[in-house]
This record gives sequence, C-alpha cells and structure tokens, in this order.
Amino acid sequence: MRHILAFIWKHNFFFLFLLLEVLSVILIANKSFYQRSVLSNATDRVTGGIFTTWSGITSYFSLRQENQRLAEENVRLHHILTKAQLTSDTLSVNVTDTTYNQQYTYTVATVISNSTNRRDNYIMLNKGKRHGIERDMAVINPQGVVGTVVSVSENFSWVMSLLNKHTKVSARIDRLNQMGTVVWEGGNPASGTLLDIPAHVKINKGDTIATSGYSHIFPEGIMLGTVEEIEVETGDHFYTIRFRFSADLNSLRHVYVVNNLFNKEQLELRKNIINE
Amino acid sequence: MNKAYGKDILRFFLLIAVQVLILDHINLGGYVNPSLYVLFILLLPFEIPGWALLISAFLIGFGVDSFSNSTGLHAAASVFMAFLRPWAIRMAGAPAEYEGNLKPGIADMGFRWFFAYTLLLVLAHQFILFLFEAFRLAETGYVLIRVLAGSTFTIILIILTEYLFMQKRK
Repeated sequence: MRHILAFIWKHNFFFLFLLLEVLSVILIANKSFYQRSVLSNATDRVTGGIFTTWSGITSYFSLRQENQRLAEENVRLHHILTKAQLTSDTLSVNVTDTTYNQQYTYTVATVISNSTNRRDNYIMLNKGKRHGIERDMAVINPQGVVGTVVSVSENFSWVMSLLNKHTKVSARIDRLNQMGTVVWEGGNPASGTLLDIPAHVKINKGDTIATSGYSHIFPEGIMLGTVEEIEVETGDHFYTIRFRFSADLNSLRHVYVVNNLFNKEQLELRKNIINE
Repeated sequence: MNKAYGKDILRFFLLIAVQVLILDHINLGGYVNPSLYVLFILLLPFEIPGWALLISAFLIGFGVDSFSNSTGLHAAASVFMAFLRPWAIRMAGAPAEYEGNLKPGIADMGFRWFFAYTLLLVLAHQFILFLFEAFRLAETGYVLIRVLAGSTFTIILIILTEYLFMQKRK
C-alpha cells in the first residue's frame, strides 16, 4: 500500500492530470446531472448577474433593429384583431367557434447571452422558475422558432438554441404537408437541415418549413425557414434539404417562452402507450 | 510569493471576462471562436508547481464553461494543455536557468520561442476542445476545419495581446 502511495506521490503531476481530465469528461457526459445540482444554481446566479449587467449595456446598440421588429409584429397582430374586420350590425350571425380552450400561454423574456459559433449553442434568458419557466418549454420570436428550454434556475434559464447538435424539431413543408425532422449540422448559423422527407414528392426552392405541431413542445405552424438547396444522396429514399432559418439566431433580443397547458396530459397519454 | 502571482490572478479574471463577454459573440461564418483565455495558462511562471498549474487550468476552463453552458468542455481542453506545458517548454527549448525571474513571454524569451511554445499548446487545446464538442467520428472533417481556424485566430490574438501589453525589461 505504501509503495502504491509513494508511486502516486512521485507521479502526482500525471495522476492529478488524470483525475481532473476524468472529472471534466464526467461533467461533459452527465450534463443533466450537473444542471440539476446545487453548484449549477450557484454558477447560474453569478453568470446570470454578469450577463444581465452586460446586456443592459450592449442592448442599446440594437434598439433600432428591435423596434423595427416589434413594429412589424404589431402590424401583423392588428390584422388579426376584430377591429380590423367588418362588423355588420343588421344581421346576427351564429359562429361556431372552435377556439374555446386555450392551449398555449406566452411569456416574454430577454436574451442576456447567446452564441452561434460553437457546435452546441445555448441562450440564457432573464426569466426562471420564479416566472413560471419550466424545462421543455418552446422558445420562439416573431420570426420563428428559436429553441427549447433545457435548464432552469430560480431567476434564469438556459435555452438550447436550434444551433445545437441535439436539436430535433418535428417539422413539415407547409405546401405539401410532408413531415420531417429539423437538425443542425454545424457551421453556418443561418442554415439548417431538414431530413426524412421522402424523395418522391416534388419540392421547390422557397417552400416554407414550419413546426408540425406533433411534438408536445412547439405549437403548430411556427415558421422554421425557407428551402434553399435540395439533394438526394445516392441510394437514399429521403431528401436532405438545406434551408435558411427564418429567425436570425445571431441577433436575438426579446423572445417568447411558450407554455403548453396540455403538456402533462399529452405526456401521460404517451406514457400509457409506451407502457402497454 | 503572493506578489508574484498577483498579476496572474488579475489576468485570470480579466481573460475570462474578455472571453465570455466579447470573444464568444464573435462570429465569422460560424467556424471561428478564438480562445484567448488560454493565454493565462501560457503566461503562468516557469517555477509554478505542477499541481497548481493543473488546478488553475481546470479553474479557468470551468469558469469559461459556466458562462457558455458547456460544462467540462473547456476544463478538459485546458487541463490537457496544462499537462503538456512542461513538455512544450522543453520542445521550445527550456531556459538554462530560471535565474533572473524569467517569464514565458515574448519579452523574456523572444518571438521565435514564444511562437513555437504557443503553437504546440494552442493546437493541443483546440484539438481536444473541438473533438469533445462534436463527440462524433462522423464529424471529423468539421472538427479539423474548426481546429485549424480556431488555432490560427487564437494564436494571432495571443501574439497581438502579448505585443500590446509587453513590458520592456529594465
């Protein structure tokens, strides 16, 4: 025993290296374990505080762009408003309204940190558990899909950006109603890849891609992007479609966190099937 | 003793701040993300004990990780780099004696020495960083592009910073 200890002591540089390297790899591999730990909450408080201050300074540089974006969305919403529709008071019309049950609620949040130059990019938001944010909520902005909430602390939350190797969003090509999966293959932060569209359907450049609504996270019909490049690898029965993201993921400021009120019910239903 | 490491401690916090607040938001075609913070590990004094070298490398890596939600990634790369540091010093040609309080910077060791030393260590760091980041063999080409682009920009930034903050020996 003493010999072993003496040996370790003699080569302490190597063994300490091994220990720290293994520790790091465990942290990489067991990310979810770390995210649920107390330490993660503490580091989030520090990093969140610093990012809040910093984004308070840098946000002034993008005010013009941000105002433009909000104005555009206001216009869009005005179009849907009842005031914009013709009201005739002479006839009473019976309308069968199918929107009797609210499924999604939206919370506005500010991006305080964002990256687009890594293989796995994450976004930090200034809202957390206290504001009702939970894991697996969708994050969108007026232009389209942004990501999914993956970790929440008291006052902050981390969002997995679309620009991440773990991204998998159920999507469809609007015009054809064809289902596929959106992934990101790294590199260009402006373009993603749509897989699993069968090669027999005819796709055009410029077709729009939106969420399918089949996942319990994203509402249906949120824009993802427009088709740019279509190819079929030899021997494959599916397209590999490159498309341009509709949301500019490099200039995010305000985003909406989407809460699916039926999330629990949908998950439970699915669990029943798996248990069968 | 404390005074000798005072500058290093200051550099530790300064480099993390520059890295996470400015450099991590730079984006040139999605491939380039220079890791200037490794300058901290490069500039630690020659006489630093091995354990302190490894632990301080782990800490700065972990610090950068906490800001980018990439737990363990930069820590692994930094620790690996620190482990190779004594070897890189030997490869670049160790100073005969540490007399006169030599520091591993351009001012004391000259440009050629510093360049060789930086090249070896930054390549090692970027290689581990992007390899662990992708974690897939299928992305080998992508990893290599990122290692080359990342190393080039990191080395340029490190040398520029060195010249900018160089203090002439009295």
